[in-house]
Amino acid sequence: MELIRPDINIDFVGKRKYAYLLSLTLIILSLIGLVWRGDSLYGIDFVGGTVVQVSFAQPTDAGKIREGLTEIGLERSAIQRFGAEGENNYLIRTDLSGPEHGNLHDRVRESLERVYGKGGVTVERVEMVGPKVGQDLRQNALLAVFYATLFIAVYISGRFELKWLPPAIMIGALILGVYTLRVLGMHIPMLILSALLITTALCWVLKLKYALGAVVATIHDVIITAGAIALTGKEFDLTVVAAILTITGYSLNDTIIVFDRIRENVRKGRRRDFAELVNSSINQTLSRTLLTSGTTLATVLALFFLGGAVIHNFAYTLMVGILVGTYSSALVASPVLVEWETRFGKIQVMPAKKQGNRQGRK
Amino acid sequence: MKDLRWRILVVVAVVAVALLYLLPTLSKELPRWWTNVFPSEKIHLGLDLQGGMHLLLEVQTDKAVENTAERLAQEIKDDFREAQIRFRQVERQGEDQILVTLASGQPWEPVNNLFKEKFPTLDVGTRSSAGDQIQVVLQLKPAQVQHLKKLAVDQGLETIRNRIDQFGVTEPDIMTQGENRLLVQLPGIADTQRAIDLIGKTALLEFKLVDEQHSVDEAVAGKLPPGDKIYHGTKVDPATGKVSRTTYLLKDRTLLTGEYLTNAEVRIDSQYNRPYVALSFNDTGARMFERLTGEHVGERLAIVLDDNVHSAPVIKDRIGGGNAVIEGQFTMDEAKDLAVVLRSGALPAPVKIIEQRTVGPSLGRDSIRKGLISMAVGGLAVVLFMMVYYKASGVIADLALIIDIVLIMAGLAALRATLTLPGVAGIILTIGMAVDANVLIFERIREELRLGKTPRAAVDTGFDRASITILDANVTTIIAAVVLWQFGSGPIRGFATTLMFGILASMFTAIFGTKIVFDYLLQKRRVKTLSI
Repeated sequence: MELIRPDINIDFVGKRKYAYLLSLTLIILSLIGLVWRGDSLYGIDFVGGTVVQVSFAQPTDAGKIREGLTEIGLERSAIQRFGAEGENNYLIRTDLSGPEHGNLHDRVRESLERVYGKGGVTVERVEMVGPKVGQDLRQNALLAVFYATLFIAVYISGRFELKWLPPAIMIGALILGVYTLRVLGMHIPMLILSALLITTALCWVLKLKYALGAVVATIHDVIITAGAIALTGKEFDLTVVAAILTITGYSLNDTIIVFDRIRENVRKGRRRDFAELVNSSINQTLSRTLLTSGTTLATVLALFFLGGAVIHNFAYTLMVGILVGTYSSALVASPVLVEWETRFGKIQVMPAKKQGNRQGRK
Repeated sequence: MKDLRWRILVVVAVVAVALLYLLPTLSKELPRWWTNVFPSEKIHLGLDLQGGMHLLLEVQTDKAVENTAERLAQEIKDDFREAQIRFRQVERQGEDQILVTLASGQPWEPVNNLFKEKFPTLDVGTRSSAGDQIQVVLQLKPAQVQHLKKLAVDQGLETIRNRIDQFGVTEPDIMTQGENRLLVQLPGIADTQRAIDLIGKTALLEFKLVDEQHSVDEAVAGKLPPGDKIYHGTKVDPATGKVSRTTYLLKDRTLLTGEYLTNAEVRIDSQYNRPYVALSFNDTGARMFERLTGEHVGERLAIVLDDNVHSAPVIKDRIGGGNAVIEGQFTMDEAKDLAVVLRSGALPAPVKIIEQRTVGPSLGRDSIRKGLISMAVGGLAVVLFMMVYYKASGVIADLALIIDIVLIMAGLAALRATLTLPGVAGIILTIGMAVDANVLIFERIREELRLGKTPRAAVDTGFDRASITILDANVTTIIAAVVLWQFGSGPIRGFATTLMFGILASMFTAIFGTKIVFDYLLQKRRVKTLSI
C-alpha cells in the first residue's frame, strides 16, 4: 500500500514564500498570545500557589463550590471544571502557599462537606508549591530548554558540517550571552527566545548552514507550540515544558531525514541547481516524513482523547508540536538552507570538488 | 550463516534477560528459590500512580545555629558564676554571635582564659570598654556554623526517617536535596494531616519553672521580669473541638530537655480511661529530674513542647527513678504520635514545608486505567496500520514493537526507575516513535526495489542507509531526554526515562532485530519476493 506516490513532485521550495507568510503569521499570533497572557501563562509549578482537585458525587457548579469555600477564606480562588463533564471534577487554584496552607487537603474537604454532605466530596489531589520552589523549578525549566537547544545545535553542526570548532565557539558565546541576560533579570520565555536567536545568529556568522536550518525550524516549532498553549488558555507547567523539550528533539527527526537525503544527493553530484536538489530531496522523503509523524501522532491522539485530564495539556503540546514540526521540516528548515546556499554557498557551482570535502563517512 | 545464528542468539538472550526482570512485576508471587537467584524487583510506581504524598521540607538551619549560640550563652553564664566572674549580661546577638558585658572592675585575663579553655568553637572579637566595663563579641567560627547547618540537615533526616518508620509507611523515600532541603515521599498515605504533623513537629520538649512571684497580667502589659518569658498553652478539647488558650509566665531557663529521654509510650489512665504519655529518662536525665523536683517542691513545673505549654503541674515531692508523665486531653492517635516524636527526638531545627503534592489513591488508579486504555488504542492503531501498509514486513515491525515494550518495562525494573504518569505517556509516545525506525528502513527498501535491485540487495542497502539516518534523528531526541532527566524532578524524570529507554530499545530492535528476520527469510528460506 502507498499513500504517497513515489514519483510525487510538489514544488515546496518554489512555493516557499507562501510558507514564510503562513509561518510568520503563526509566529506573530503566538507572540501576541504569549505577551497577552503574561504571568497567567504560568501554572503553580512556576509561580507557587496551591491547586486542589476535588471530585463531587453529584454534578455541581463553580458558584456552589465557591460558597463552600467561603468558610476557610478561599472563595476568591479560581475554580474551573477539570476533565470530562460527567466526572464532576473541579480544580481550585489559589496563590496561597506556605506552611499555614500546607494542609489544605483536610480543610477543603471539611469546608466543602458542610455544603455537599459527608461522602459528597473527595479531594483527589493537592499540589502546593512554595514561591521559592516555583522559582527553582522555573530556573530548571529554563536551563533545560537552553541546554537541550544548545546540545542539539552543536550536534547538528558537528554531524552535518563535520566542523566541531565553530560549535565549541558557539557554546562559549551562547553561555556568555544568556548569562548576561540572566543577570539583567530577563523574563524566562524572553530569555529562551534570546538564546535561540543568539544561536541562529551564531550559526549564520559561523556559516553552519544545516544547523542554521535546523535551529530556525526548532525556534519556529517552539514558538508556535508555546503560542498554541497561550492562545487556548492553557498553562505552562512541568509536563508542558517536558513536552516542549521533547518536541525540540523530535521535530528535528523529520528535518534530519530530509537533510540526510540532501547530503546524499549532494554527494552524488548529479544535479546542478541546489534549490531543485533540495526540493527533490523533500519529495523523495515526503512519504516517510508523513508516516513517521503520523504513527507518533496517532498514539499522541489516543493519549489526548483517552489519557485523562492530568495528562491532557502534555498530550496537547505534543500534538501541536508534532504537526508543526512536520510542516517546518519541509517548509522551513529546507528553504532556509536554500536561502543561505543561494546567497553564500558554492555547492551548485562546483559539486564535484565539494564531494571530497563533504565525505564524512563511507 | 554462522553470523546469523549469533545475532539470533543475542536477541533471544536480550529478550530472555528482559523477561527475567519483568517476571516479578507480572506475577503475584514467586517461589523463594526463584527470588534468591533471579531479580525480584517489581516496577516501582510513582506517587502520581499509586497515590501518596510528596513533601519538600526546608530545614531552618539558621535556627539550629541560633539555638547553639543561645545554649553557649547559657553555658558561659553558668561558667562565669562557677568561676566567680562578675558580669552584667551575656546575650545572643544575631544568628551566631554572643555579646558579653562584664561588670565594672572585672579584669579581662581570667575571662579570656576561660573562653580559650572551654569554648574553642568561638572566636573572641575585639574588646571595647565603656567606662570600666569590658564588652566583647564572641562569634561562632564559620567552619562551626557550616558544620552545625549540615548537622541540622543530617539529623533532621535521621529523625524524620525514624518517625516515619515508627508511623508505619511502606517504602517511604527520604533524602536530602541540595543544601538544606529534605525530600519525603510517602506512598499510599491516607491521613495527610497526621503525617504532616508527625513530620513537621520540631518536638522540642522543655521543662521550665512557672514564675509565681510575678503577675502574668503585668508581664503581658509590658513589665516583663528579667529572666522570664511569656508562653501560651493552647488546648483543643477532643470531644467538642473547642480551643482554649492559657497564658503562662515562665522562667526562661530550661531545666531539662527531651534530649535525655530513653523512651516515651502511651498508657491508659485506668480511672478516667484517658491516654497519657509516660516518659523515661536516662541516668543523667533522671539525676537532673530528681534534683530539680527536689529543689522546687511546691512550685509548678511547666512541660513545654515546641513553645506550647502542655501542662504545668505542681511538684508534690522529689521524683526519683527518672519517670514522668505528660497528661492532657489527647485522643489516642495524638498520644501515640506524641510518643513517636518524643521517642525519635527533637529536630535540631524547625522544618518548613515548601512543596507538597498529594494524590489520592482513586485518582492514581484512574490514571493507570486511562493510561492503559490510551496505550491499547494507540498501540493497536499503529500495529494495524503497519500490517496494512507494509503487509508481512509490517508484522515483523509489530513484533519488534512488542519486544520494545518488553525492553522498556524490563529496563525500568532493572534500573529500579520509577514509572510515573508522564512515564506512561512516554511509553505511549515511544510506541508511535518506535515504528519510525522501521518506516524509514522499509521506505528505503521500497525505494531500492523500485530502482530494480534484488530483494536481498535492497534489504541490505535499505538497512545500511536508513540506519545512519535513524541514528542521526534519534540522537536529538535522546539529547532532549537526557537534559530533561538531568533537570526534571519526579514525574518528569519518569518521562525522560521511558523516552530514553524507548528510543534505545527501538533502535536495537529496528536496526538489529528486524534485520535478522529479513536475513533469515532471504538467506535461509530463500524467499524470492518481499512482502513490503
